[in-house]
Amino acid sequence: MRVLAQVAMVMNLDKCIGCHTCSVTCKQTWTNRDGVEYVWFNNVETKPGVGYPRRHEDQERWRGGWQVDRRGRLKLRSGGRVKRLLGLFANPDLPDLDDYYEPATYDYDTLVTAPAGPHVPVIRPKSAITGEDMAITWGPNWEDDLGGAPEHAPADPNLAAMAEKVRMEFDKTFMFHLPRICEHCLNPACVAACPSGALYKREEDGIVLVDQDRCRGWRMCVSACPYKKVYVNHRTGKAEKCTFCFPRIEAGQPTVCAETCVGRLRYIGLVLYDADAVLGAARVAGPRDLLEAQRRVFLDPDDPKVAAAARAAGIAEDWIEAARRSPVYRLAMRYRVALPLHPEYRTMPMVWYIPPLSPVLDAVTGMGADADDPDNVFHAITDLRIPLGYLASLLAAGDTEVVAGALMRLSAMRAHMRARAIDGSVDEDLLAAAGMTAEEMEEMYRLLAIARYDERY
Amino acid sequence: MTDIDAVPGMGPLLAARKFFTRAEVSADGRTLHRIDPGAWDRFYRDRWAHDKVVRSTHGVNCTGSCSWQVFVKDGLITWEHQATDYPSVGPESPEYEPRGCPRGASFSWYTYSPSRVRYPYVRGVLLEMWREARDRLGDPVLAWAELTGDPERAGAYKRARGKGGFVRSSWEEVLELLAAAHVHTIKRYGPDRVVGFSPIPAMSMASFAAGTRFLSLIGGTLLSFYDWYADLPIASPQVWGDQTDVPEAADWWNSRYLIMWGSNIPVTRTPDAHFMTEARYRGTKVVAVSPDYADNVKFADDWLAPHPGTDGAVAMAMGHVILTEFFRDREVPYFTDYVRKYTDLPFLVTLEPRGDAYVPRRFLTAAELGQRSENAAFKTVFLDEATGAPVVPDGSLGFRWGREGEGRWNLGLGGARPALTLLGRSGRAVAVDLPRFDEGATEGGSVMRRGVPVTEVGGRLVTTVFDLLLAQYGVARGLPGEWPEGYGDAARPYTPAWAEEITSVPAATIARIAREFARNAEVTRGRSMIAMGAGTNHWFHSDQIYRSFLTLVLLTGCQGVNGGGWGHYVGQEKVRPITGFQHLAFAFDWQRPTRHMAGTAFWYLATDQWRYERVGAGELASPLGEGLFAGRSFADCNAQAARLGWLPSHPAFDRNPLVLADEAAAKGVPVAEHVVAELTSGRMRFAAEDPGDPANHPRVLTVWRANLLGSSGKGNEYFLRHLLGADAETRNEETPEGLRPAEVTWRERPAEGKLDLLTAIDFRMTSTALFSDVVLPAATWYEKHDLSSTDMHPFVHAFNPAIAPPWQTRADYDIFMELAERFSELAARHLGTRTDVLAVPLTHDTPDELAQPGGRVRDWKRGECEAVPGVTMPKIVTIERDYAAVAERMRGIGPLLSDLGLTTKGVTYRAEPELEHLRGRNGVTPEGRISLATADRMCEAILALSGTTNGRLATQGFETLERRTGTVLADLAAEHEGRRISFADTQARPQPVITSPEWSGSETGGRRYSAFVINVERDKPWHTLTGRQQFFLDHDWIIELGEQLPAYRPPLNLRRHYGEQDGGDGAGVVVRYLTPHSKWSIHSEYQDNAHMLALSRGGPTIWMSVEDARAIGAADNDWIEASNRNGVVVARAVVSHRMPAGTVYMYHAKDRNLNVPLTERSGRRGGVHNSLTRLLLKPSHLIGGYAQFTYAFNYYGPTGNQRDEITVIRRRGQEVSY
Repeated sequence: MRVLAQVAMVMNLDKCIGCHTCSVTCKQTWTNRDGVEYVWFNNVETKPGVGYPRRHEDQERWRGGWQVDRRGRLKLRSGGRVKRLLGLFANPDLPDLDDYYEPATYDYDTLVTAPAGPHVPVIRPKSAITGEDMAITWGPNWEDDLGGAPEHAPADPNLAAMAEKVRMEFDKTFMFHLPRICEHCLNPACVAACPSGALYKREEDGIVLVDQDRCRGWRMCVSACPYKKVYVNHRTGKAEKCTFCFPRIEAGQPTVCAETCVGRLRYIGLVLYDADAVLGAARVAGPRDLLEAQRRVFLDPDDPKVAAAARAAGIAEDWIEAARRSPVYRLAMRYRVALPLHPEYRTMPMVWYIPPLSPVLDAVTGMGADADDPDNVFHAITDLRIPLGYLASLLAAGDTEVVAGALMRLSAMRAHMRARAIDGSVDEDLLAAAGMTAEEMEEMYRLLAIARYDERY
Repeated sequence: MTDIDAVPGMGPLLAARKFFTRAEVSADGRTLHRIDPGAWDRFYRDRWAHDKVVRSTHGVNCTGSCSWQVFVKDGLITWEHQATDYPSVGPESPEYEPRGCPRGASFSWYTYSPSRVRYPYVRGVLLEMWREARDRLGDPVLAWAELTGDPERAGAYKRARGKGGFVRSSWEEVLELLAAAHVHTIKRYGPDRVVGFSPIPAMSMASFAAGTRFLSLIGGTLLSFYDWYADLPIASPQVWGDQTDVPEAADWWNSRYLIMWGSNIPVTRTPDAHFMTEARYRGTKVVAVSPDYADNVKFADDWLAPHPGTDGAVAMAMGHVILTEFFRDREVPYFTDYVRKYTDLPFLVTLEPRGDAYVPRRFLTAAELGQRSENAAFKTVFLDEATGAPVVPDGSLGFRWGREGEGRWNLGLGGARPALTLLGRSGRAVAVDLPRFDEGATEGGSVMRRGVPVTEVGGRLVTTVFDLLLAQYGVARGLPGEWPEGYGDAARPYTPAWAEEITSVPAATIARIAREFARNAEVTRGRSMIAMGAGTNHWFHSDQIYRSFLTLVLLTGCQGVNGGGWGHYVGQEKVRPITGFQHLAFAFDWQRPTRHMAGTAFWYLATDQWRYERVGAGELASPLGEGLFAGRSFADCNAQAARLGWLPSHPAFDRNPLVLADEAAAKGVPVAEHVVAELTSGRMRFAAEDPGDPANHPRVLTVWRANLLGSSGKGNEYFLRHLLGADAETRNEETPEGLRPAEVTWRERPAEGKLDLLTAIDFRMTSTALFSDVVLPAATWYEKHDLSSTDMHPFVHAFNPAIAPPWQTRADYDIFMELAERFSELAARHLGTRTDVLAVPLTHDTPDELAQPGGRVRDWKRGECEAVPGVTMPKIVTIERDYAAVAERMRGIGPLLSDLGLTTKGVTYRAEPELEHLRGRNGVTPEGRISLATADRMCEAILALSGTTNGRLATQGFETLERRTGTVLADLAAEHEGRRISFADTQARPQPVITSPEWSGSETGGRRYSAFVINVERDKPWHTLTGRQQFFLDHDWIIELGEQLPAYRPPLNLRRHYGEQDGGDGAGVVVRYLTPHSKWSIHSEYQDNAHMLALSRGGPTIWMSVEDARAIGAADNDWIEASNRNGVVVARAVVSHRMPAGTVYMYHAKDRNLNVPLTERSGRRGGVHNSLTRLLLKPSHLIGGYAQFTYAFNYYGPTGNQRDEITVIRRRGQEVSY
């Protein structure tokens, strides 16, 4: 066992209001400059939808992440070292600007300087790349709130992975928002793919960075990252990516995206893990076993043996204490409501998500919660509008049981807390079904609902 | 300014960065673990570095009032992050941090953006003529007079409006021009022809106050905005006698059942949405009612999707279910105790025979019982349940004013128990006819017959409001009339099945939600809440929609309870330190009152939209009415409201009010006498009776902190044509003869270009700026001092300059100070000291509420009564104006605060210690007055002179109020009696406010603010006729409209009134056209911001359903044109299945200055969202002079609603030109 510490994040999609404040504060702080106009270290996607860049989840196309070969060896999907070297100058798996979008600016000063003319002065889009007039036909958030979804969303790879058919019809509408940053993976494909050794995972906190001095602009990292969270600065030609705000983390501050999240849905915490176990976990055969495999890599900070090993590995006492207080560890391991994004990519991502509940509507039949019992106000999770299969494709390699379990615990928490708030009663059957004690349920409630600043980070 | 170490949560746990010496490639070559080389990462470290962090906020109309940290490096603003140091809400609740949204987070983009207005600009054609005349004549006032008096020259610069050609000027030159225009207009036409528009003081109080103080001192007209924006819920004054008061966002957390009804909380209350998502984890059920799958729907347990504008039908059916199951079939003591004490349900209403049945008329009053006590006509009556005897309880309006009511204006029942129903009491019942609007030949609908139990009191046949309410809602109890046979009866209002046919929401769902809502209120004692918003409030009949909602929260005892009641969330920004603010902003320290004007009525006339009506007011009248509106236009109704003293009307008369005073002096008679003589003789008329007379045109308009033409101006094209004389796109036909006003003068040729001068003060080139004659460069919100507050949270906090105003920009405060200086210099020569004559409407929260008992309309002009100022017509008030002293008075606090005190909502405060404190704190002017010379001094004074920010004043105010109520109140503020919030406090951190009689809720002991808690817990009456929350209204015009009780009125049938408007070529689809609030802007602000454009679609869009897009062959992102009689819009289509068929959304306030091509229809620039809308006045919004229907600024007045509109959408050629 070799203990390492990792800063990790959980985002509660059930609280995400899709406001994109995280995107804007991140952009203003980090990528508001030439060469990275089109780059959003943090972006938010509306699901279902093809995302940014388009269809980035389609690894048949982009060949990102890892796969296990017939002999059980872990290999980059983009191929071995030789293949990648051959592709250095003609990488076919690289999204082009159209897959992202052509950033626009406007001739703003026209409004002030327009000479007297026949019409009201107007500013029009100009390409931020070429300076020429342009028509805006795509953007980093084109599909916001299902805009254009009937035309584009059917190409969402998660829909193809589902058993049931999703129709883009008013009565069937569902959506949720998916904020994304770099996953700072335990098994980062970008690092492995870099011919220059420019990408690295920081020993002390697991943050994955691009050494700007060593980057030679090969762009193998862009292809290899299945989340498409490494970008090319077209001015410098070098790769850039989310830094997990390391200058802030080092000063004891949360990332910009987390601190400015007005939905209060982001949690940052330290996770201790066994670096020696990562490879084994990443190559378990079944994609649906990857979640449990990754959970087994995480070490219980309350286990004295783990603490001792961590100390032996040079991890400071305050870091071990931080791991014990980690909201990420609690959400992922204790309450088991947080799940990794696309575990099947085998990168062991370290930004996890709590799946969203969703409303019930049956405009046609008016079905809903118990019509005869006005005290029974909640619906069963099987009635929710977001198909379990969709969430399972995103967060559980297709395993709907896993998603249902997380949603059930959220749902049970609501029922439990409602009873507590209204008449103080406790339903033991409900707790048993959720596999949690009342104390655990209420601790989880505090973490998810009250969620103070110093409890979130 | 911020100490990072002091930010909570910055513990040491992640702080220590450890450096290792190893670099390691994993054995399989997968990963490279490494320590940082220490050099390369300097780029990111440097980028994060900054020199200082300054707290400020955004003065934008969003109610957010978020505190932000502005980062500054090398003297430049770099970016902003949310502050996280709000005072705690308590250990069992989520906190307010972090407040903000993507729009606010992108604000600093504006600071150095190429769109910034950096210098003063004047349109070249005007500037050239101005310079010539100015130089030739040597006197700027004479130059302005000559220039505007010459139709050719004036026409030349007016026609050029909106067509570019700005030329850089200097502050000196441009302020002289402005001052000259003001002086000339006052002299030639009158001060009330000088107009200012600036909305929402809470979003930057000092900036607002600078302009309004200046305009108040010169006698200018100040336009209201809350009603004009259609954000004022008219139902609130109708039901509560209160403008609006709502729970703060953290109180959602206390709710156990939360319906979001037409309020898209994640988009329009972004910083607060987390309280809603988090409350769900506490077990709160959340329901969304929205016609589309809006952002908030995904958080709801249930989604109801009624057709747009039919929300009232859902609510009426829910009321039917609640009255049936929780009042008729079973009694819930919590509910009946509540409605007995806190609502008008037990009060008696007289019935009058009509045909073979009866109709309800008015509240029975003590006067009709023969009582001769003071104000007996304003004391309402119920029957005691035990004795059956009539009781005149304390607390009604009759006890609020006058000596006898001292100590008796409270809700105590003195041992009586009001009878809710007369059923089983007298054994007598009669049939009543009640209006219904779901069917009928006109908007006035038809009639349904129901029945009520009755008895005779004081010789009059009466029933209770409760009995009438059951009849209205169709809850059968074996009484005469026709009643629904059950929930499944779709033919009779207001059953769930009836509602399903109108709304498409399944009857079973309506019944279930109603049942759950009420049951939750029963078991939680009132913790059911409805958050309602623009989606339900911007309709023509929104007052009725809202009353049907309020019925639900009142019947279930939710109002005045934490976690319960209504949450009206649209435009309801709250100036928490209201007393200090309003006295200084309107210069009440020097003179009282000021010329407040109802915005919608003003624009309706000023932009000549009244000339385009196709139906008269009679169209809206119920068949049960008496024909009060027959043959009368909406403009006629407005003119009548003006002359009866109901609404303000500025400009007031067809004569310069300064001249009016001179005339009276010359004749040697009192001014009021002269005015009455001139009016009654017909020698003088109200300006509202002839808005086309050039003498009555508004002449000078200054817009600051606003974008009138790109955002709020309903009927945009009419603004352009008639107010400005610019190119416009309306193709509407004028009212045909026969339908034209009966009283208001119709001039054959409508005016074009009424305004002589339009000035915009802004940091962006909005549509308002583009059409202005003069554009002044404003400092941004990160470049000045100011104050911010809201009702979404209980704090006041500061704006602070992170940098000095760059280029030649200046803060609004300083601009108006400077303008006042220039004005005074010119005024000394041209105006001197004059007496101004104001026509002041009967005013709310004063004894004026007693002027017109019973809401009976008596018109002096028709000989129905005498013309008596302050009773049957406006009060006539004179103010002596020393025009040369305006600048001096701007700078210093005048004597009236000491002489008269400060009065808010009928409570007068004495503030001598505060004034003494300010004298030291602010220093004095050369004239020895307490200084207001700078914005920070104004902020200091506002805070010192308000109860919410000064515990001594709050306590004193409650003590004053106690003498009237006879109940205990002062303890609410006593805990903070010694606390005085200074401006420096608000600069350091958001400051929680103090419970004060200025508002109706309580923060005492750290509790969350909820409206009307003081009323419910301390028996303080509402400011209504009965002193209770009113289901029943009895003004003549409300009776005429059939709106005595909550009722469902469908959206206006504009198709019937105006036709299909599709040009007959069949290429378009006719749809309902809605303009909800945008995700990517706050009104027009931010929609031109590069970040918001990148995250949205880079220009104007219209969202449409798959079905409607298919009908016109449009794909996602195709260019489309939306047109109707009012105008034309070009936009891209956003096609989405989240939209219901038959309805399109053009999100609010897409300005025409960005990515808007020329239209196919006209070849001119496409319009703004409001190019397709037009104002429609509802007569019941014009009433006044009676109880809660008495005017106050932004409290009562016609709304600028816009939701009932339809439009035609067609796919246009995809090649566009600009």
